[in-house]
This record gives sequence, structure tokens and C-alpha cells, in this order.
Amino acid sequence: MTEDLVLPAPREAATDAPGEPLLVVEKLVKHFPVKGGFPIRRTVGQVQAVDGIDLTVHVGESFGLVGESGCGKSTTGRLITKLLEPTGGRIAYRGKDITRASRKQMAPIRSEIQMIFQDPYSSLNPRQTVGKIISGPMEINGIEPEGGREKRVRELLEIVGLNPEHYNRFPHEFSGGQRQRIGVARALALEPKLIVADEPVSALDVSIQAQVVNLLQKVQQELGIAFLFIAHDLAVVRHFSQRVAVMYLGKVIEVGDRDSIYTRPRHPYTHALLSAVPEVNVSGEEATQRERIRLAGDVPSPISPPSGCRFRTRCWKAQDKCAAEEPPLVQISGNHAGHLTACHFPEEPTTEARDEDIVLDPALAALEEGGEGQGDRP
Amino acid sequence: MLRFLVRRSLGAVVILFLLSIVTFLLFFGMPRDPALLMCGKTCTPANLENLHRVLGLDKPIPEQYWIFLTNLVTGSDDFAQGPCPAPCFGYSYHSNEQVWGTLMDRLPTTLSLTLGGAVCFLIIGLGAGLIAAWKRGTIVDKSFTAGAMVISSMQIYFLGPLALAILVYQTHLFDKPAYNEFTENPGAWFSGLIIPWVVLSTIFASQYTRMARSSMIEQLQEEHVRTARAKGMSRRYVFFRYAWRGSLIPIVTIFGIDLGSLLGGAIITEYTFGLPGLGRLAVESVFFSDLPLLLGVMLFSATMILLCNIVVDAAYAFIDPRVRLA
Amino acid sequence: MTTLTKEAGAPVPADADAFLSVRDLHVSFRTEDGVVRAVDGLSFDLERGSTLGIVGESGSGKSVTNLTILGLHNPMFTTVEGEILLEGQELTTARESELERLRGNKAAMIFQDPLTALSPYYTVGRQIAEPYMKHMRASKKAAWERAVEMLGKVGIPNPRQRAKDYPHQFSGGMRQRAMIAMALVCDPDLLIADEPTTALDVTVQAQILDLLKDLQQEFGSAIIFITHDLGVIADMADDIMVMYAGRAVERGTVDEVLRAPQHPYTWGLLNSMPRLDSDPNAPLAPIPGTPPSLLHPPSGCRFHPRCTFRDRVGGTRCETEIPLLAPDRSSACHLTAEQKRTIFIEEIKPRLG
Repeated sequence: MTEDLVLPAPREAATDAPGEPLLVVEKLVKHFPVKGGFPIRRTVGQVQAVDGIDLTVHVGESFGLVGESGCGKSTTGRLITKLLEPTGGRIAYRGKDITRASRKQMAPIRSEIQMIFQDPYSSLNPRQTVGKIISGPMEINGIEPEGGREKRVRELLEIVGLNPEHYNRFPHEFSGGQRQRIGVARALALEPKLIVADEPVSALDVSIQAQVVNLLQKVQQELGIAFLFIAHDLAVVRHFSQRVAVMYLGKVIEVGDRDSIYTRPRHPYTHALLSAVPEVNVSGEEATQRERIRLAGDVPSPISPPSGCRFRTRCWKAQDKCAAEEPPLVQISGNHAGHLTACHFPEEPTTEARDEDIVLDPALAALEEGGEGQGDRP
Repeated sequence: MLRFLVRRSLGAVVILFLLSIVTFLLFFGMPRDPALLMCGKTCTPANLENLHRVLGLDKPIPEQYWIFLTNLVTGSDDFAQGPCPAPCFGYSYHSNEQVWGTLMDRLPTTLSLTLGGAVCFLIIGLGAGLIAAWKRGTIVDKSFTAGAMVISSMQIYFLGPLALAILVYQTHLFDKPAYNEFTENPGAWFSGLIIPWVVLSTIFASQYTRMARSSMIEQLQEEHVRTARAKGMSRRYVFFRYAWRGSLIPIVTIFGIDLGSLLGGAIITEYTFGLPGLGRLAVESVFFSDLPLLLGVMLFSATMILLCNIVVDAAYAFIDPRVRLA
Repeated sequence: MTTLTKEAGAPVPADADAFLSVRDLHVSFRTEDGVVRAVDGLSFDLERGSTLGIVGESGSGKSVTNLTILGLHNPMFTTVEGEILLEGQELTTARESELERLRGNKAAMIFQDPLTALSPYYTVGRQIAEPYMKHMRASKKAAWERAVEMLGKVGIPNPRQRAKDYPHQFSGGMRQRAMIAMALVCDPDLLIADEPTTALDVTVQAQILDLLKDLQQEFGSAIIFITHDLGVIADMADDIMVMYAGRAVERGTVDEVLRAPQHPYTWGLLNSMPRLDSDPNAPLAPIPGTPPSLLHPPSGCRFHPRCTFRDRVGGTRCETEIPLLAPDRSSACHLTAEQKRTIFIEEIKPRLG
């Protein structure tokens, strides 16, 4: 049903050439205060949700942001859409600094940056009709499209693959996937240049997920909208994004084009992340064995992250230097241009199986030691 | 825990302080002169002025407030009626008695009424609620729920006189409500309070029945309760060890509020049954523009409510280990 | 391979020798809107020590089936018909006390979200010790020791200390380990894991999945592993059962179902799922439409409204006749075996890349 969408021709997109930086984020920091203390409650610590990240999203590009819970990817999305105030750093949109922009200064830009949320159930007002939800942004921004708002809403409904006749229905009359389509239509209502999509498909069933991913891809490619695609599912991000940044505990630890990150990763964490994805071997042939890395424990608390490299407490290559010195995000020799890694002791750029599995989890190591004699299993 | 108690107590003192200021200002904002009220029919301007001076009403309001505060903390011997040890709220304009003494006189009545009532309504209310939840969907549940619904929509001033009329005046089954010292005559204390307890707890119990039932049913649908069942724990065990614990949180919250406000004076109940408690005192103090008494009752009630709040919050920590008090 | 044109409606009787045998299970709930037929005629067997993966989307009946096995459904609103035999013991008609003796003992469960599935009010050690005390008649002290031992086994560092902690003091991955310890404490023969890693991060999920596999080796339990993630199932299971709208639509070994799937729904799932080794530039091929309401399930094959291959069956068979699933390797679809094979090889497999 999404295959044969009718999309209107991209509107006067000529002003922004693809490849130009659209959004530039520098040294972005967001700390949430932790209250406590005695006898007067005061700030006793900081949740370092985002701690100095640099990102660039180019015009018309789809940029993926992956990482596990607590890595700060969602906070980053909310900072960029100005739903949160940054603690420090700079956000520039088309060369204009919007870090501290007031409501008034933001007004013309706000319509160009839109957001799609994870939960299609709670991000739509249950008491408003679909028509009202989608035309809301136009109303607020005083936009009167040609032919009236209702016509535009019907157009948008058609673009996202919903029946335009359902203009007067309420969100509860739609399924999860359809509600997410409504969310997409709302984001498109103001003809944005950048859409921040925060886990847009992770609440949906597999078969529905694919419908929405295809829709977003269509929108991105045919309307030339840049996407910041935030997700924890590495396969979905790979499918959707041209460039990908991997985050860990508030830092970007590796960024590069899709191929570099997924087939030639250098950071040990990227290796661990990729090797942890359970995969279906559909080909039947013995595909190249992927490396097996099993980390120990969970991600440490962002209230008191490890010194130096934040991954060092779970890293098999960590040395004294990693605790003392934070590795800069740089292009390591042998990497493609734009493939930056923050690691003192980077891994080989391959995801193929190693001679010996890396099993850091003590329980697994113990069980596998006792059970089968040696550590290497297929 | 200690830190929590200290911090909350300090907070309570601040609230009481602010409350006393507000009461003071409101009192002087009233278009009534307590001295005029005391002066009576034979009032002359000289008498009135004299009264103003004696009561200290001629001084500026901030100074009056300061005197009130210092008296409260250190006590005072400046009163014409006699010495007034700390905590000194002064002497009542109306009865000329020491306010603190009056409060302490009335307290046992309110305490007996409230605590006795609370014990009754907790046992009846929670018991009925638990039974209804256990037998959810059956006739027992439905009749309990319906009964609780009907009763909780009644009011003390309806149920009270009704109970008096039927149980006391018509059938003479019970004594007329009255307050007797427990230490002097426990039997009379009990028989004098039984009707107020029954009436008070009927209404409250019906609310607690509904609350306990819905809270239990909600808890029984929690995933951790299902996990406990999946471990093979019996229905009874899961009901009382897992679900009950969680359902206590909302119950304790409401109970803290109810008890606090009852301890500050169950005004309607006391009036209905003619019991001389704090509630009646509060009404009298307003009626007679009796500033020292008003301040005394206000601050005493507020202290009770704040105290109950602190106890409730401390109780959370015992019920739920996730609530860490620091 | 078995062809599936058997018209005989009566399913094969339950296998009393099998470890777990479910026959013609029907589960329906009464709701305000009507009767929800959550499970509609499900049959399967499980061998001792093996792992059956049940895969399906929300509303497919996969979780309901497994709650019903242990009798954890709410009897007030639920009707259960059919047979569930665990080592020859019939469970659908068993008394509550019999089920209690079974739960946590012979058959245990692991739930999806360890934060809500563990009680916040008791220590982790106590929650693990409880079933051991009950089923093994162990003393409080012996049960506590056992809890500490189990925590150590699942990889909780410093287990003697951590047993005294409450679940909220554990991290997400550790909580799920504690949950596994709790399920295995009485050395159950059957372990039902309902989306046990869905709430976890991917690196932690990998740890937990490997841990479950390794522990299964040691404890020898049979596992029913419920998930929506084909990748996880490929990693964990020996056999796979694909469920759709309350019915099993395909069954076979992992290799059979994932490498030579026969049912259009399985094809759809595989085609709509991006993988790390698929062509990232090829668009996904989603299943059109949405899963049906179980209040009014479609007639005939429940997948027919979303099926792109029903023209190839011809006539109105898909709309009128419920395709049956034979035991062992099979799929519940009216396409002929030959059609299934050629469609998969010529049309589906190339897309999988």
C-alpha cells in the first residue's frame, strides 16, 4: 500500500544544494541536575546525558544515531528540536546560531525542524480529529496553504498512505502503524527541511515497521528532507541512513558513512554492538562468520561516567592511557574520509570472526569453560 | 531516616510560622474589634481603650506578633490573669483561661473520638475491601460494593441524628453520647463514645472499603503478582504478601490526611453529639473573635496534620524500599 | 515434506508420551466489546530438553498460549478448551493446587520486563528463595543459600551481598539474570521465556541469550521461547512455530522455516525485516494491511486479507476454508507444495539478498 504513493513534486528546493551542512552541532552538552543533600536540598550531581558531541547533518541527508539506552541519543534529538535547553555548546541551523534563540527568533525556523515521536499512542491528542492534529502546526504558525488547510491535510493523508476521507476520525480509530503515519503527516504539514525521528518504528510490529520505514524513506528521498534518525535497532538504522553516528554514555564514539560503520568499524564498542545483533542466516550457505563479542555487565551510570574513555570499563583493550586521557574523535589512518573514531587502541576494520571469541561476561566464561572445554563456539 | 525526620520537622516549623503570620493578618483584617465584644453593654470609650491596652491591641501589629512569638517560646509573666509558661498562647479573651490549658483539656475528647473511630473504620473498611477483592465478581463483592456506595454518599449530620434517634432515644440501647475520662471510668468512657465511633466509622469505613478493593484489584493485576503466581505461590500468599503490600500506599496516604484533619477537630461530629473537643473550640474561637484561642487551635490542628504527614511519608519507606528517605 | 490437503477436521490426539503436548487449544476472553478468540485451535508438541521458538506479532496469541499452559489466565473472563498434557498430566482441567505444585517447580516462566515482573517490596534473594522453600520444602537458610548460589551461577557479581538488595538496586540486565535464577531455582523441566530480552539493550541481550543457552545445557530444561524477533529465534531455537491471529501457520526446524519458508506470512516477515547483511538500498517489502481484530477474525485463512498470493490458489478457498497444519514440518496454506517451493525460490529468496 505504500508502494504506489503519489508524492507532490519537491517544492522550490533549489535554495539548498544537497551536501551543504544544514544542521551543525558543536560541543553540545546537556546535564540534568541530581537533587539531594542535607539539610537543604541542592544539586549534588549531574546526569551527563549528552557531554560534548559534534554532529553535522547535510541538506537532504539521512543521518542515523544509534546507541543503547542512556547513551543520550534521544536527549540529543530533543536538544536539536529545542524541546530541551542545552547546558552548553552550539546548535547552528543553516549557519544561524539557534542555541539560545528565543521563541520569537525560533518561530521561522521551528517550522523547518519537525519531530516524529516513538509512541504513536501518546503523541497524538485523543480528543482531536486527525484533521485537527495535522492542521494544528499550520494554524499555530499562521500558514494558509493554497486551496485551504483542509485540502492540504487531505493531500498529506494521501502522501502518508491514509484515506483522505478519514479526515474527521479520531486517533483511537486507527491502528498503531496508521497512527505513526498521522504523526508523519503532522511533521510534514509545515514542509520541514529537517525531521528528527526518535525511535519512530520501535513500538510497531515487524510487518508494520517495514511499512513506516518505507514511508519515511520515500519522504526523505522524494521531498529532499534531511532526517536525524534516532534508533537502537542497528539493522533499521543501517537500512535508513547514509551516515551513522554511534553514541555511548553521552559521547559520539564513532561516526562515518554507513559502509564504514557497519563493515569497517574501528571502535571496540561498535564491534561489540554489531556482534551482539542476533541475525537470521537466510541464504542457507555458510556465510562469513561474524565475530562474537560478549561484554560484561550493563552500561555504567551517566551520573559518574568513567574517566578518560567512557567505554574503558567494559573494553578488552583498555590500558592506563584510556583512564587518563579521553580519546579525541579523529580520522584514524586507513579510515575513509569522514570516518572518525574516538579510540586510543582501535580494532581492525573488519567484523569477521576472530581466532578466539571475546567473552568478558564472567558467568558466560565460566559456563563455557566448564561446558565445552574451550571458548570458541560457532 | 533521621535526616529525613529532621528535615521534615524543620520544614513543618517553617510552615507553622508562615501559618501563624497569615492567621494574624487575617484576624486584623476582620472588621471586628474583640475588645468591643468583651466590653459588653456598659462600654465607655475609656473602658474600651483600657481593654485595648490590657489586651495589647493598641500596639502595632508587628510588635504584637513579636510578643506572641516570644511568649510562645519563653512563656510570660506579663498577663494580668497570671503566669503563662511556654508554650504560651496567652489567655482566652472570652473565657479568660490559659489557651494551652484549654487545648489540653479538650484534647482527650478529640483523641478518644478520632483514634477509636479510626481503629473501627480501618478494621471494618479494610476488612470488607479485602473480602470484596478476594471474592471479586461474586455476589459478596457486589453487595459490599453497593453497600459501601450507598453509605459513603451519606453525611454525618444525617447519619448522626438518625443513629441518636433510633439507638438512643427510641430504643434506649445505648447511652447518650458524652465524654468521660478514661482514667476515671473506662466503662463510661466506652459507652459514651460508642455511638459517635459507630457513626464516624460507618462513613469512613465505606470509603476505605471502596479504596481497599480497587487498590487490591489494581495490585493483583501487577506483573510481579503474576510472577509470584508463576512461581507456584498460593493465591492466599500472593494476595497477602504481594498485592496487599502495594495496595497499602494509597491507603496510608489517604489515612494520613483523614487522621490529621480529624485530630485537628472533627467539627461536625463533635457538634452532632455534643462532645466538647477541639473542633468545637475552633468554632467558638472564631465566633468570639478570640485571637489567642484562634491561634492556638489553628497551630495545634496544623501541627497534627503536619505530624501525620511526616508519619505517612516515613511509613512509605517501610512499605516500599524504593522510597529512600534522605 | 508433508502436503497439507488433509480434509479430516479432527486433529491428531494428544501424544501422551511427549513431554509437552498441546492439542486443539482454544482460548477466548470475554470483553465488553465481545469475545476475543485469542487462540483458535493450536496443537504442538515439545520434546524434553529441546527449544521451541514461537514467533508472531502482537495479538498472535503466543503469550496467551503460554500463560494458559501454566493456568495463569484469569478464569473469570477466560474460556479454555482443548488439551494440554505435560508428561501425561492434563493441565486444562487440573485443580489449582495441582497447578501450584507444578508452577515454578516442574515448569517455570521468565517474563519480558524484569523491572515490573519482580516485586519491588522484597529482596531479590527472598524472591528466588520462595519457590525453593515451597517446592523443595527447604529451610529458610538452605533456600537462601540456594538463592545465593543461583545468583552466582547467572553471573551476578558478589551474590551473597547482592541477594540482600531489592530489584530496583539492580541494573536492567542484572534483573533479568535474577529472573532467570528465580525460574531455574527448582531445576524445572520446562522453561517458558516470554520475550525475555525485548526490554534489554542489544549487548545485554546477547549476554542473556548466550547465558540461557549455556544454562539450558547444564539444567537440561526444555524451553518455549516466545519472541517477535526472528533474529533472536534463529539464535535460540531448535524448532520454530510461526503464529498469526491465534493460529499456527508454519512449523519446522529453524533451518527449514528460515531458509525454506513455506507460508506467505513467514515470507512477509522475512521480507519486511532489515538485516545487517541485506542490501540496504533495496526497499523493504512489508506485509500490506494490519493484523486482524480477534473480535471478528477473517473467515477461512486468517491471513487471506493481507495475502498477496491468494489469487494463485484460485476460487474462494482462502476465504472459506481454514487451511490445516499437519504435525512436523508444514504450513497452513492452500498453495500446493510445488507452488510454495517455486514462489519462494523465484520470488521471495532473490529479495532477501
